[in-house]
Amino acid sequence: MHGRPRKSSKPEDPAAEAAKAQLIRDLQSQLLANHHNKIYTKEALDLSAELLSKNPEFYTAWNYRKLAVQHALDSDPDSADSVLAVELQLAQRALVKTNAKAYGAWHHRRWVLSKGHSSLDEELRLLDELQKRDERNFHAWNHRRFVVALMNRSDEDELEHTKNMIEKTISNYSAWHNRSVILSNLMKKKVQEFSQKDQVLAREYEFVREALFTDEEDQSGWFYHLWLLDQTVKSESPLLVSSWPGHGAEVILLRGSYSLDGSFASPFNIYKSDSGMLPLILYFNQAVKGVSSTTVTVSLGPNVNKDVVWKPLSAANSHVARVWVAQLSFADVELQSLEACSVEVTIGESSGIFSSSGCHYSHPSRLAFSVNVKASRTESGGSDLEHISWGNENFHLWKPHNLDLNFVPIDQLSIKDAHEQAPSTWQAEIIAEEIKHFRDLLDCKIGKLTVARLLTAHDALISSGTSVHSEEILRLYGNLMKVDPTHSLYYKDEHSLALLNQLTSRRESLLNHCFQYVDSASSNDNNLICLRLNNLSLSRLGSLEKLLWVEMLDLSNNELQSIEGLEALQLLSHLSLSKNKLGSFTALAPLRQLKAVKVLDISYNEIGAHSIDTTRYLCSSPLSHSIESDWDCKEIATDGVNVANYWEAFFVLKPLKNLTQLDVVGNAIADENFRLFLAKVLPSLKWLDGGS
Amino acid sequence: MSDGLPPYPPIDPTTFDLIVIGTGLPESLIAAAASAAGKTVVHLDPNPFYGSHFSSLSLPELTSFLNTHSTPPPNPAPPFPSLAARPLYSDVEISDFAPELLRSHSREFNLDLSGPRALFCADKSIDLLLKSGASQYLEFKSVEASFVGDGDGNLWSVPDSRAAIFKDKSLSLREKNQLMRFFKLVQRHLSYKEKKDNGGGGEEEEEEEEEDENARVSEEDLEMPFFEFLTKMRLPDKIKSIILYAIAMADYDQENTEVCKDLLRTREGIDRLALYQSSMGRFKNAAGALIYPIYGQGELPQAFCRRAAVKGCIYVLRMPVISLLTDESNGSYKGVRLASGQDIFSPKLVVDPSFVVLSVETSPLDPMHEQFRCLTVRDVKGKVARGICITRRSLKPDVSNVLVIYPPRSLYPEQMTSVRALQISSKLAVCPEGMFVLYLSTVCDNIDQGKRSLKAAINALVTLPDSESPENSSKIQSGIGEEAEPTLLWSGLYIQELTMASLSS
Repeated sequence: MHGRPRKSSKPEDPAAEAAKAQLIRDLQSQLLANHHNKIYTKEALDLSAELLSKNPEFYTAWNYRKLAVQHALDSDPDSADSVLAVELQLAQRALVKTNAKAYGAWHHRRWVLSKGHSSLDEELRLLDELQKRDERNFHAWNHRRFVVALMNRSDEDELEHTKNMIEKTISNYSAWHNRSVILSNLMKKKVQEFSQKDQVLAREYEFVREALFTDEEDQSGWFYHLWLLDQTVKSESPLLVSSWPGHGAEVILLRGSYSLDGSFASPFNIYKSDSGMLPLILYFNQAVKGVSSTTVTVSLGPNVNKDVVWKPLSAANSHVARVWVAQLSFADVELQSLEACSVEVTIGESSGIFSSSGCHYSHPSRLAFSVNVKASRTESGGSDLEHISWGNENFHLWKPHNLDLNFVPIDQLSIKDAHEQAPSTWQAEIIAEEIKHFRDLLDCKIGKLTVARLLTAHDALISSGTSVHSEEILRLYGNLMKVDPTHSLYYKDEHSLALLNQLTSRRESLLNHCFQYVDSASSNDNNLICLRLNNLSLSRLGSLEKLLWVEMLDLSNNELQSIEGLEALQLLSHLSLSKNKLGSFTALAPLRQLKAVKVLDISYNEIGAHSIDTTRYLCSSPLSHSIESDWDCKEIATDGVNVANYWEAFFVLKPLKNLTQLDVVGNAIADENFRLFLAKVLPSLKWLDGGS
Repeated sequence: MSDGLPPYPPIDPTTFDLIVIGTGLPESLIAAAASAAGKTVVHLDPNPFYGSHFSSLSLPELTSFLNTHSTPPPNPAPPFPSLAARPLYSDVEISDFAPELLRSHSREFNLDLSGPRALFCADKSIDLLLKSGASQYLEFKSVEASFVGDGDGNLWSVPDSRAAIFKDKSLSLREKNQLMRFFKLVQRHLSYKEKKDNGGGGEEEEEEEEEDENARVSEEDLEMPFFEFLTKMRLPDKIKSIILYAIAMADYDQENTEVCKDLLRTREGIDRLALYQSSMGRFKNAAGALIYPIYGQGELPQAFCRRAAVKGCIYVLRMPVISLLTDESNGSYKGVRLASGQDIFSPKLVVDPSFVVLSVETSPLDPMHEQFRCLTVRDVKGKVARGICITRRSLKPDVSNVLVIYPPRSLYPEQMTSVRALQISSKLAVCPEGMFVLYLSTVCDNIDQGKRSLKAAINALVTLPDSESPENSSKIQSGIGEEAEPTLLWSGLYIQELTMASLSS
C-alpha cells in the first residue's frame, strides 16, 4: 500500500503450496467443464464459490456465476432477492477476506447491485471497512461513486465524507481528488451554497492551506492547490488575445519592388508581398474550433468578403488551434491608390466557435485596421536578394526616428474590446491572499514554486500590459534551478516563459531587443527590423501572441529543444535558431507552417546527433503520423546517397518554397550527402551554408 | 480492633522463600515475578482489598482509607522490631455537595487512590503486562483527547499528530508548520538513532548523514536543557509549553531553573516524545497515546496478584503483621508474627513503603543493622497533592475520557508545577452513569502550594456549588444552560508524601 513496503507473503511449506495449487487447478478445470456444459446445479455453484473464495481473480468464474444468476432468475423470478443476496455475500467475502483489489469481485458486486434488488445500506458500511484498511483503495473509491449515484446520496454529503477522510489522513490523494470532482459538479449545477464561485474557492483555499502548512512535504494537498489555482484563473469561454494586423493599425502593403521612403512609416506595419496577399492572424487564449467565414466576417471597405479561407495553425492536422490565419487578397486593389482600404473583422457574432472542451466563444469582438497598398508595375525579379549575415556587426540598436512611439506594436495588439468582461477582481484578490500566506513557506522548494506560480497568475490577471512581479518570479525560478537540479529543466522552461513575458510586456524593454539590420558590405537599405532574443538561455518559447508582427527573429545562442508555438509568427521571413539544442528536424516541425521564411539558420544544433529521437515521444504530433504522399525516395534519390534517413528534413523543409538561404553547418547530419539532398529538394535555395 | 474480624485459619506451610507485605503495584509485581520464578511466596495485606494505596475503592471505603491513613496509629511499645503503618496522607479535605444522591450510588464507584494515572500504550509496563500474562485480566479504553487549559477555563486540544495539527483551530498556519517540522526533526533523529543502534552504519549511510545536516539533533543540543533547545528551534511559547508539559509531561517549570527539580535535557525530552509518538499507533483501537483500565487503576496490582496466585503464591488479606522476628543468636531477620498470633518464616521479606520498621535504636554500628539489609525509606522526595472530584456533565460535550494539563504559570503566575487532570466516565465503570470522575494531581514542595494549584484547576474546570446562596447558583446553572461547566458533586483533596526507597549498603 501507499508508502508502505509490501511484505512478502509468509513462505509456506512447499508441499502445502503445491497441494493448494493443485486444488485450485482441479477446481478450475471442473468449473470450466460446468461452464461449458451450462450446468448450474447447487453443487456446481458451490464449487465456483469455493474456487472464488480461494482465488477471486479468476474472472471466468464470476462470469459463470452471472450466467447462473440469469438462469435462476429466468426460471424463478421470485427468487431474485435470495439469489442476489448470495452473490453479494460471495463478493464481499472475496474482498474482505482474500483480496480487496480483486477486479472481478468489484465488478460482480456492481453487476448485482445494478439489478436493483438489493439494499444499498450495506455498501457504505462495507466501503468504510475496506477504506479503513486502505484509505486509497481506488476500487473502493470507484465503487463509492457508483453506489452514491445509485443511492442518490447528495453531493454535499459526499463532500463532507471527503473532508472526514482528509481529516484522518491529509495524504489521502483519492479523497482530495474526489473532492475536486464533487466540487466541480456542485459549482456547475450552481447548488445554493456553491453558486458563488469566489466564495467556494476561498473556502477551499483556506481548507487546503491548513493541510499544506501542516505538512508541506506531502504532495496530495499541493495537487489540490494546483487544481484550485487552475479553477481560479481559467476562463471557461475562449477569448481573442491578439491579432495581426492589430486593431487601429495602418498597414502598408508593398507590392513588387516598390521601395518606400523609410522616413514616414513605421517598419512594423509594412508588409511586402508580391502577390498582394496579406495574412490576417487571430490568436486565442486557448485552442478553438469553428473559425470560418461564417463565424468571422471580414469586410474590405463596404464589401463583405465571403471567400476568406481560415486555416488552423496547429502541429497536428486537427481543426483545433489557438492560432488561425487567413490570406486577404489585395491583388485587385487599384495600384497607387491614395485611399487606404479599411478592413473590419468581427469575430464570433454568429455562434460556431468553441473551445476544445465545448465552451462557446461568448465575447464577440471587432477589429478594424486600414491597408494602404503601394505597388510598382514592375514585378520584382529577385534582384533585391541579398545574403543575410547574422553577425553582431550587422545589427544596430534600432532608434525610432519618429518621436511618436505609439506605433510600437504591443499597443495595437492588446485587444481592448467593449464586450470584454471587466477584469474580475476577486480572482486577483484570492491569489494576492494566497501569495501573502505562502511567502511564509519560501524556505522550501514547493513553497518557492507555488509563490512563483501564484505571482505569474496574479500578473496575468491584474493587467495584460505589465508584469509587476517579473523580477521576483525570475529570481525564484533561478534559485529553484540551483537548489533542485533534478527538476531544473522544468524550472528553466518556466524561467524562459517568465523572461519572455517580462521582455514583451513593456515597450521599453521590447525596444531594447529591436535592432536594425544593416549589412555593412552592402549599400542596400532593406529596412529590416530584427527582434534579437539571443543569448537569453531560453529553453522554451512564450508570449508569442505579442510577437505576431515579427519578420526577422534571432533566437541564436539559447537552449531551445523545441520551437513549439513559433508557427504563430506568420510574417516571419528571417529566422536564426543557430546554436541551440535542437535535436532533430521533428523538433522543427512548426517551420512547416511558416511558408514566408526565406532565410533560415539552424547551424550548430544537435540535429542527427541523437540516434534515438527523444522529441518524437514528446511532440504533440510525431511526424510519423502525418507523412505526406509526396515523399518519394526514388525521385529524390541522388547518386549513391541513401536519402531514406532524410525524410524528416524533407518533410519540414519541403513546404518552404521561398527559402533562399539555409545554414545547417555544425549539425551531425550535415555532411556532403545531406547538402546534395538539400540542393535537390530546395530548388529555390541560393546559399547553403554561405556558399552559392 | 480485630475483634470483629473472623478467626484466622492458620497458614500452612509456615516457611516460605519470600514474604511480601502490602499488595500495592510494586509488591504485586515482585510477588508475581518471584512466583513465576518458582519461589514459594506468601503475600499479606492488612486491608480487606487488593492494591493498598494503588487500589480503586468505593466512595465510603475511599473516605475511610484516607482518614485512617492520615493519622499515625497508636504506637505499641515494641518488644521486638515491629512494623508500623506510616501515615502516607495528610490534610484530607472532603466536601460533599450531594450526600443523598451519592449515598444511594456509593457502591458504584471505583475511585483510584493514586490518580490521575493513565498508561502510555508504548510504555514498558504495557510490555510487562503482555509478557507476564497479567493483561488477560485487564481491559483498557483509550483516553480520547488531551487538552491544555488556562485559568479562564479555556481548553486547547493538544496537537500531537499530523491529523491533530491539521484540524487544530487555535494554531496559526505558521505555528502548525513549525510544530510539524519539529516533530519531523524528532522523527528523523529517532530513525537515525535506531539505524545506528542496530549497527547498520555502513559507508552508504555515512554519506547520507553528511548530505543532510538536519537529519538529527547534534550531541551538543542533546545535552542542553530541552526548553532551550525548543527556543533554539524558534518554536513559539505556546508550542513550547504544549511540548514540555502536555507531551513530554514535565512536572516543574522548565524555564525556572531555580525551582525546577526535573529539568529535562533534550535527550530525555526527545525520548519522551518518542514514547508519546510510538504510543499513538501501537494499538489499532486506541485513538490516543494513553489508555486507562476498566474498573480503575486498582485492577493493575490485582492482575499481577492473580498471576502470582496462578503460580502458587498464597494470599492472605485482612492480615496485619505485628512484628518482625529476629534470630536470637545474631539478631538477623527470620520471620514475621501475624495478628492472628501465628509466626511464619522466610529468609527474605518485602514490605511496602507505607510501613516503617520501628526497631530498637539502630545505629550503623549496631550488628542488627548489618543483618537487616532492608529497603529503607531514604528520603522524602517531595509531596504530591491529589484531588478527586465527582462531577456531572463532561468537560467537553463530545468526549468522555479526557486528559487536561495546566502547565506551570497557566493558572496563576506563581504556579511552579504543572497540574494534570484526568476525567474518566462511567463507560469505564468507575462511577454511576451520568457522572464523571475527575482526578487531579500536582507535585509540590508544601501543602499550601499544592492545594492552591489543585483548587485553581478545579475552579477553572468545574462549577462549585455555592452553598451560601443556593438561589444564586441555581440561577447560574439555568442561565448558562447546557454548555455550562460540569457541576461538582463531591471532592476530596489530600497530600501524599513521595518517598524514594533504595537498598542501603
